Amino acid sequence: MAERERSHMGSVFVPRSQVLTGADVQRALTRMAHEVAERNRGLDQVVLVGLQTGGVPLAQAMAKVLEEAEAVEVPVGSLDVAFYRDDIGLRPVLPEAVTDIPGDLTGQVVVLVDDVLFTGRTVRAALNALGDFGRARAVQLAVMVDRGHRELPIRPDYVGKNLPTAREEIVDVSAEGVVIGTLR
Amino acid sequence: MTHLLSVADLGRDGIDEVLRVADAFAEVARRPVRKVPTLRGKAIATLFFEESTRTRLSFETAAKRLSADVLSFAAASSSLKKGESLRDTVETIEAMGIDALVVRHSAAGVPQQVARWVRSSKVVNAGDGWHEHPTQALLDCFTVRQVRAEQGRDPRFEGLQVLVVGDVRHSRVARSQVLAYSLLGAEVTLAAPASLLPPSLEGWPVRVAEDLDGALVEADVVSLLRLQAERGSGAFVPSLREYTAGWGLTSRRAALLAPTTIVTHPGPMVRGVEIAGDVADLPQAVVTRQVTNGVAVRMAVLFLLLGAPGGAEGLGKEADG
Repeated sequence: MAERERSHMGSVFVPRSQVLTGADVQRALTRMAHEVAERNRGLDQVVLVGLQTGGVPLAQAMAKVLEEAEAVEVPVGSLDVAFYRDDIGLRPVLPEAVTDIPGDLTGQVVVLVDDVLFTGRTVRAALNALGDFGRARAVQLAVMVDRGHRELPIRPDYVGKNLPTAREEIVDVSAEGVVIGTLR
Repeated sequence: MTHLLSVADLGRDGIDEVLRVADAFAEVARRPVRKVPTLRGKAIATLFFEESTRTRLSFETAAKRLSADVLSFAAASSSLKKGESLRDTVETIEAMGIDALVVRHSAAGVPQQVARWVRSSKVVNAGDGWHEHPTQALLDCFTVRQVRAEQGRDPRFEGLQVLVVGDVRHSRVARSQVLAYSLLGAEVTLAAPASLLPPSLEGWPVRVAEDLDGALVEADVVSLLRLQAERGSGAFVPSLREYTAGWGLTSRRAALLAPTTIVTHPGPMVRGVEIAGDVADLPQAVVTRQVTNGVAVRMAVLFLLLGAPGGAEGLGKEADG
């Protein structure tokens, strides 16, 4: 979840190398959107849910791609998992991180969208949170970057880029691209 | 935040933080499952040495929505009746592994005293004598901000005219409101018969209205207070009817209010005394909204005390995702 947000809190993000350009990110997003449509044989009952804060713009961008390609308006929601985490108190409640789930999720296919998949703890918290909004038929996971170092048995269904990283490195995802760096 | 004993402990930034976090919990209340696991495994005891229904229920609802375990302590059936001191009672309860004590007492300063006795538990003041009732003032501010945002008006408090009407002398709500609203930048005016104003207003950031009707016209927010009959305010007015004629929000006076003026009341309302029955049912009177928001605000307070050790500082470096 939103590595960029964290890098603003007291520490300075020092970029080291650009891994993807903005155009690469857009291409990966377009591919993942098509994979979502392909895997689910259309977009009937598909809901995109972006994880606050980094996943939300990606979910919205994916919906835009799908609307242009498939002429379907896919519902987009956002989910803040702050109250479901196992490390409560280690991260702040962000004022802009709203939860807005479009309707009852029972019977829907929920595609969780996040910028970076790392330990998997955010996704675990998101799965717990989703349960309170109905019984989804299936939950799938789309991430722009899978950087490894999983601490839970969680794997993504759609990946923009597999990116081997060192644990202490920081991965920054934005519309301008993907950058690896460190915090100082 | 170590304890919540007075609105003054929070300061402006603290109030802002509570309101901000309460926004997130207000969203939880609109979900199909109105419960989050945030405080699972924490135990919260409500110690009410003075009667209360709404405040206790509100705190208990808040704690349960955060998945905390709630223990309810009724003074009437407690060991205090057998002669145990308050200190021993508090130490006994804390020894059971309680994480937070929500304390109400008819004597001012009891929550402060309890906070000095506890070792690691957090203490929340749920009303002490005539002193303070911080969560009530916080939920009032939250409601005013929310309603003004819905009205499409500036939800900030700078320059907002807040008129507090009624038994200020015996009201802990008024003391907390004056602190909270003025810390947020609003201008607070008191309107009450001289006998129901505190003996001294020295150091209070307030004005006293010369004339209630004129002040109502100017007000953005009207906070009505109940006559605290159980705290002896009956002796301070000649009769209830005379009080209503001079200081009640009657239908005639309600007509003086601007259409966007918000009327708050901490409850329980006594219709026909401080507020006319039909005025209480106007859309501007947001009393039930205050009750709803009270749960979200108390969730925020409990979360900030128990869920966010050390507050929100130093969060930046925790790497996960």
